Amino acid sequence: MAGKKMHSAKRKRFINNTIVHVILAILAVIWVFPIVWVVLTSFRAEKGSYVSTFLPQSFTIDNYVKLFTDTTILNFPQMFMNTLFIAVCSCILSTFYVLAVSYCLSRLRFKMRKPYMNMAMILGLFPGFMSMIAVYFILKALGMTEGNLIKLALILVYSGGAALSFQIAKGFFDTIPIAVDEAALLDGCTRWQIFTRITLPLSKPIVIYTTLTSFMSPWLDFIFAKVICRANSDQYTIAIGLWKMLEKEYIDSWYTSFAAGAVLISIPIAALFLYMQRYYVDGLSGAVKG
Amino acid sequence: MGILKKRVNEFPTPYTCTRAIREGGLETKLSMVLMGFGNMVHGQRIKGLLYLAIEVAYVVFMIVNGIGFLGMLPSLGSVPQEEYWDEAAQVYMYTKGDQSILILLYGVATVLLTVLMFLAWRGALRSAYKAECLAKEGRHVNNFAEDLKTLLHENLHRLLMTPPVFFIFAFTVLPLVFMICMAFTNYSKIDNHLMLFDWVGLENFKALFDFSSILGSTFWSVLGWTLIWAFFATFSNYIFGMIISLLINRKGTRAKGFWRFCFVLSCAVPMFVSLLIMRTMLQPEGAINVLLRNLGLIASDASLPFFTDPTWARVTVIIVNVWVGVPYTLLQLTGVLQNIPEELYEAARVDGANAIQIFFKITLPYMLYVTTPYLITTFTGNVNNFNVIYLLSGGDPVTDLASTAGKTDLLVTWLYKLTIDKQYYNIGAVIGILTFVILAIGALFTYHNSKSYKEEGGF
Repeated sequence: MAGKKMHSAKRKRFINNTIVHVILAILAVIWVFPIVWVVLTSFRAEKGSYVSTFLPQSFTIDNYVKLFTDTTILNFPQMFMNTLFIAVCSCILSTFYVLAVSYCLSRLRFKMRKPYMNMAMILGLFPGFMSMIAVYFILKALGMTEGNLIKLALILVYSGGAALSFQIAKGFFDTIPIAVDEAALLDGCTRWQIFTRITLPLSKPIVIYTTLTSFMSPWLDFIFAKVICRANSDQYTIAIGLWKMLEKEYIDSWYTSFAAGAVLISIPIAALFLYMQRYYVDGLSGAVKG
Repeated sequence: MGILKKRVNEFPTPYTCTRAIREGGLETKLSMVLMGFGNMVHGQRIKGLLYLAIEVAYVVFMIVNGIGFLGMLPSLGSVPQEEYWDEAAQVYMYTKGDQSILILLYGVATVLLTVLMFLAWRGALRSAYKAECLAKEGRHVNNFAEDLKTLLHENLHRLLMTPPVFFIFAFTVLPLVFMICMAFTNYSKIDNHLMLFDWVGLENFKALFDFSSILGSTFWSVLGWTLIWAFFATFSNYIFGMIISLLINRKGTRAKGFWRFCFVLSCAVPMFVSLLIMRTMLQPEGAINVLLRNLGLIASDASLPFFTDPTWARVTVIIVNVWVGVPYTLLQLTGVLQNIPEELYEAARVDGANAIQIFFKITLPYMLYVTTPYLITTFTGNVNNFNVIYLLSGGDPVTDLASTAGKTDLLVTWLYKLTIDKQYYNIGAVIGILTFVILAIGALFTYHNSKSYKEEGGF
């Protein structure tokens, strides 16, 4: 009797497990499907945006070749270099801003601390690009909307507001025991030395996280880039370029190259992201303490 | 009411401005007019000179430009740009008229500069008073090198916070103030006010709240959809993400890493790329319709109206948002989910609860309690979720040709369309302000009552 009951419980568990695995498999297919599709499309030999067959009939790598050789209308290599340059510069600036502000808010006590945090929260509630057009006017008044200065403008725009999103890094710094700082103070360290020699080396995950997120944002943003670049096509970033490829006048000849470009961009971003994933989780579970 | 609690000054200092004015010596009082004078008297020569330099620079700026900028602010310029025939060159030329937008920008910047100047003035006064007090008591007055050294220790926050705060003011606060000002002008393409515009007070707000006008009715319908969208987008991701996370992390599931990888892969692809892919796949001739036709599920010339029928479009954006957002939720919530005490589950199982009951009676209430701040941020993020709507449907379909918004337009995408495409800058600014007000009321209230805000910073 008891054996039979055990047996049926085992059976039930087996059925449950099977159902769960089937559900997961279906969901995983749904989630992976568009990615597979875009990879397939990037190798598709048939031109044009819409075709009547789901799977490509023949494969080619011309779409990738076109991206790098056909530079008259949409100069993909140049867009890539633009984005890389902007990303590196804004990454350095915003990492410094975020870490410096987070350290101050977490470790130092000064009069403007609470007001600053409240201000950051209030500013965060405004729609981000409500001020976009105003930023454009300001940059224009400073003469930074022409030629290569656009790059500088974009760097300033991407890094300018970085110090407002300090929450995750601050949450991480909060978890470092204050006793470490106190011991260092007793040994005669200045606050600056504590920041650079103790806190930062102890916070490697969050430093990497901050660096990678700020490096990635210029690759992902396209609204600001579009508003600031306007018609200066030699200053375009990758995101605008890919968007352009889907515009009505380009979509027929560039559709499969769009897929190729999307794949090319996704590979480094995906690699960075998968690498960063554990820091992402660590940083957040440090910040959301409940 | 926590918000209205009287502030207690945590950082009392004897060197305040009022005391400087009331009790300061002659040199301190002179610093009110001649910034840095007190510092110079007490041996802080470089510091004093720096303060003086700031004052001189400000005064020179105000005389050369500033007063002019401020003077133009009330009228916002009145000289229109005019066309005249240039006889010598045989072409039409334009006289340089006033450009209200620049007048407004320079005016706002001057006001901001004046505020900064006032803060510097207060700083100078306090510093002079401090130097005076220290000198009177016979204590050491820091020289400039020593002052610089304090930047690395006691005043490290000044060193570290100044550059970021400067940029926040230049690229976030100034544009925002500028934009808020625009909401009270008639700066728009309507009646050709792109070069010259005037203050109109609350006219724009009135126009937007007027139910009978096209603008008014559009506003209310867009607002309604924005709230519906934000609610469904937030909770569909939240609950669905939690279920998948539970499925992956339950005891019997094999190859947990593989499943997690499958889901996380899609958020490793840049969001605008995956959204553009989704958009092309869902077009009438796109991959999904082709697939359905090939499978024989729909007729070979039919296509599902993903972005052409209002209801379909609305459901589609919510579902695609689940596809985009769930992996993030998965990453963010897995850790918290695993912190739920195991005893709660055991107790429930002993009492004979099934999986669904456990989810709704234990997991969900626990998570709602713990992750309220997270939910608020996500909700706010969704109200301002520009990317998903703009890249996916672009606000389409537009059913009412007279209105400027489509059926899936959120307040933010509508704002974007109004400012960038239509050049109705003033209405755009009003919408921005109203979005802020809606979010602020909700968020401030909830934040102040949430546990994590109250416990912040107590060490």
